[in-house]
Amino acid sequence: MTVTDSNAEKAHAPASRRGKIGPMARREARLAMTMLMPTFFIVLAIVLFPLLANFWISFKPVTLADLRPPAPVASERVRGDMDVAGQEFLIQYRLRNSSQKSAIGNVTLTDTLPAGLTIVSLDSRCQINGQQLICQLGTFDPAARDEIEIAVTPDAQFAANPVSPRDSDPTMSGDAPNVLTSFDFTWENYSRIFDSREFWNVFWVTVSYTVFGTLGALVFGLFAAQLLSAQFWGRSILRGLFLFPYVAPVIAVAFTWIILLDPFSGTFNAILQRMGITDAGINFFGQRSVPIDLFGLTFDFPVALATVIAFEIWRYFPLSFLFILARMQSISSDMYEAAEVDGASPLQQFWHISLPQLLGILSTLFLLRFIWTFNKFDDIFLLTGGAAGTRTLTVDVYEQGFAVSNLGAGAAVAVVIFLLLLVFAVSYFRFLHQEDQ
Amino acid sequence: MMRIGIGFVLGVVSGGIWGVIAIVLLGIAITLITGDAATPVALAGLLAGMAGAAIVLMRDKSQRTAALYLASFAASLIVLLLVSFAAPFSLPLSTASVAQALGVALFCAAITLGNRACLDDVDSGNIRRYAIEVLLLRVLKGLGFVFFSVIVVLPFYVMVMTSLKNQQQLLLNPLDFSIDLTQGAQSLFVSYVELFTKFNFGQFLLISAIVSVSTVLLTLAFSIPGAYAVARLKFPGQAFLSRSILLIYMVPAIVLVIPLYSVFSQLGLRNTLTGLLIVYPATTVPVALYMLQGYFRGLPAELEEAGLMDGLGRVGVIWKITLPLALPALASVSLYVFMIAWNEFLFAFMFLDDPGIFTLSRGVVSLNSSEVPRQHLMAGAVVATVPILVIFLWFERFLVAGLTAGSVKG
Repeated sequence: MTVTDSNAEKAHAPASRRGKIGPMARREARLAMTMLMPTFFIVLAIVLFPLLANFWISFKPVTLADLRPPAPVASERVRGDMDVAGQEFLIQYRLRNSSQKSAIGNVTLTDTLPAGLTIVSLDSRCQINGQQLICQLGTFDPAARDEIEIAVTPDAQFAANPVSPRDSDPTMSGDAPNVLTSFDFTWENYSRIFDSREFWNVFWVTVSYTVFGTLGALVFGLFAAQLLSAQFWGRSILRGLFLFPYVAPVIAVAFTWIILLDPFSGTFNAILQRMGITDAGINFFGQRSVPIDLFGLTFDFPVALATVIAFEIWRYFPLSFLFILARMQSISSDMYEAAEVDGASPLQQFWHISLPQLLGILSTLFLLRFIWTFNKFDDIFLLTGGAAGTRTLTVDVYEQGFAVSNLGAGAAVAVVIFLLLLVFAVSYFRFLHQEDQ
Repeated sequence: MMRIGIGFVLGVVSGGIWGVIAIVLLGIAITLITGDAATPVALAGLLAGMAGAAIVLMRDKSQRTAALYLASFAASLIVLLLVSFAAPFSLPLSTASVAQALGVALFCAAITLGNRACLDDVDSGNIRRYAIEVLLLRVLKGLGFVFFSVIVVLPFYVMVMTSLKNQQQLLLNPLDFSIDLTQGAQSLFVSYVELFTKFNFGQFLLISAIVSVSTVLLTLAFSIPGAYAVARLKFPGQAFLSRSILLIYMVPAIVLVIPLYSVFSQLGLRNTLTGLLIVYPATTVPVALYMLQGYFRGLPAELEEAGLMDGLGRVGVIWKITLPLALPALASVSLYVFMIAWNEFLFAFMFLDDPGIFTLSRGVVSLNSSEVPRQHLMAGAVVATVPILVIFLWFERFLVAGLTAGSVKG
C-alpha cells in the first residue's frame, strides 16, 4: 500500500475506526516526536522553565549577592623554617564562613601534604591518610572563623629541597543552603512592588507607551504604505530606505538619537534654535514634563515619554508599513475602477474600499504590535534608563532585579508582565479564531 | 482664458507649502553640509512658491508647455531673491557661494517640479470635489515622501558624520557636519582606527559574526526537523503545536532574564559565549519553526511521496527533496535569524562581563561612558550597522519575504 493510499483511507475511514492507530501511523507519530524532541527540549529549558522559575523566585527573599552560594573558605600558611631537617614547623589553615547569614553544615577540609614530612601533632578533628589530610569540622555558624594547626618535622631530603605545603590548595566542602532551592518563601516581594505608589505610575506609563506607540506605528505605517503603493521610479529604493530604522541594531540607533537630541550639543536642538522655534535646548530624554497652556487649560506634557514613544514609532513604522503594503498590493484593482466609474472621489475610495480591505491586517498588526511594544525593553533602557517618567514594567524588572539587586522583586514584576501577556494572548487567539470563521 | 476660482487659490496655497518646505530643508542641508549657519527666509520661500504656482495656473491646462514652466522657474527665482534681499539663507553672498547658488537653483527646480507634479492638470477655475481631493492627496503624498525621507535619513547621516569629527568641532557647532577632505584619510577615520586598535573592535566584529552564524546554523538544525514534523507528519497534538508555537515566541526576553541569569551564574555559563549560544537559538527556534512549517505545507506533497516510493527514507526525502525546494524560505529564515542575533542586546548585556568575549552590541555599550569621546561611540554604531545594512540591501528580497512571512516580532 502506498502512502497516498493510506492517507486517503484514513481520511475516509468511518468514525468507528478513527480512534485506532495503525502501526504505520504509530511509527509516523514516533518519528514526528523524535524530530520535535530537540526543539521541545531547548524551548522547555530556556523558555518554559524560566517562566515557571519566575513564579518560584518571586516568592523568595533572594538578592543578587545570594547567587554566590555560601561556602567555607580556607587560607593556608606556613610558620617556621622548612629547610632544617628535624626542626618542627607549623602548617596553619585559617577558615571562615563566607556568608554572614547562613550556617554551613558538614564542613570538610582536604589537602595533600608534601612527601617527607612527619606529623608531630594533629588537630583532633583531622586525620592523616598517607599524604592526604582530611578534617571533619562540623557546622560553621554564619561568619564563623576557625583555625587548624599541624606541627610537622621535615626529613633530610625534604629539608634539602623544600616543597611548600601551599603548593597544593586545600579544598573545602560543606552543605550550604542554596537560597534558590530552599523552601524559604516570602510575600515581601509582591507587597513591596504593589505597595509603592511607583508601581501604578509604572503601570500607566506602560499603558500609554504601548497604546500610543502601537497606534503611532500603525498610522505612520499606513501612511507610508499609501505613498509606495503605486508604481514609480525609485520605489524599491525608497522601500529599502524606509526599512532602515527597523533593520539597524537598536544599540546604534538609540545612541544616535541620544546624540541627535542632546540638549546642549545635539543637532536637532540646534536646528530648532536656528529656525527660531525654541530659545533654549530641550532636554528631550531628561525632562519629565512641561506645562502647556491650551485654551486656558494647563496640562503637563510628558516630554521624555513622548520622545521615547516617538522613537518607538520611528523604529517600528517600517514593520507595519511592510505588512500593509503587502496587503494593499493584493487588493484587486477592479474595485477601484468600478468606484471610479461611479464617481467616487479618492478619499471616498480610500475610506470605503481600502480601509475595509485593510481592516483585517490592521487589527492583527495592532494586537501583535501591542504585545511587542508592551514587551519592549531595550529601547527605553538605552534611551533613558527608565528615568524622567519613562519607566515601563519591563524596565522595572531590570531596575528591581539588577539596579536595586533584589532578584525576587524583579521576578515578581516579571510575573505581573507574564500574567498580563497571558490575557493579551488569549484575546489574540480568540480574535484569530473569529477571523478563521 | 484664465479664470480665478477655488482651483487657483488651492494651487497657489500648494505652491506656497512647497516653497516653505523646500527653503527650510535646503537651509538645513546647507548648514549641515557647509557648516555655515544658514537661516532660511521662510517668507521668501512661501511667496516664491506661490508665484511659481500662479504662473502655471494662469494658462489653461491644455496650454501648459515647457516654456510656461521655464517662466514659472524664472518667476520663483526673481521673487525669492527680491523678497529675501538676495540672501534667501540669510548668508552674505561671499560665504559658501557655490552651495548657496546650488541651493537657489535646487529650490527653484524643486518647486517648479513640485508644482508641475501637483498642478499640471488642475483647472484654475472652480473645481469639483474630486479634483480638490486629487490635489489635496498629491500635496499630502509629497509631504509624506519628504517627511519620511528626512526622518529616516537624518539620524543615519548624523551617525556617520559625527563619527568623522572630533570632540571640539562637535561642541563648537553641532550643526557643522562639513568634512575637510584635505586632512587625509588618516585623520578623517581616526575614530575607526582607534576603535580597531585600542578598543578591540576587530575582535568584537569577529565574535558577533561567529555568534550570529552559529545561531543561524543551530536554529536551522533544530527547526528544520521540527517544522517538517509539524507540517507533514501526523501525530497527536499536531494542530495544537502548530498554533501554540507562536505563543512561546511572544514571551519577552526580559521575563526570562532573571531566572536564566540566576541559573547560568550558578552553572558557570553566564559569562561565556556558550551560554549566549544556548539562549539565542532557543529564542529564535519557535519563529523559525513557524515560518518553515508554513512554507513546507505549501510544497507539493506528491514529490515527497514519489521519493518515499522510490525507496528514500524520511531523512533522504527531507535532504534531497524538501530542502532544495525550500531554499528561498531557508534563506529568509537564515537572514531573519542572523539579523536578530546580530542586533541582540539584552542577553549580551546581561551575560557578558569579560571584554575578551564581547559581541558588537555589548562592545558599543561599553563605549557609552564619559571617558570615551562621542565620535567613538558613533563610529562603533556605524561599525555595528554597516554589515547588517549591507546584508539587508544585498538580500532585500529574502529578508522582506522573511519579515512578512513569519515575523510578528519587534
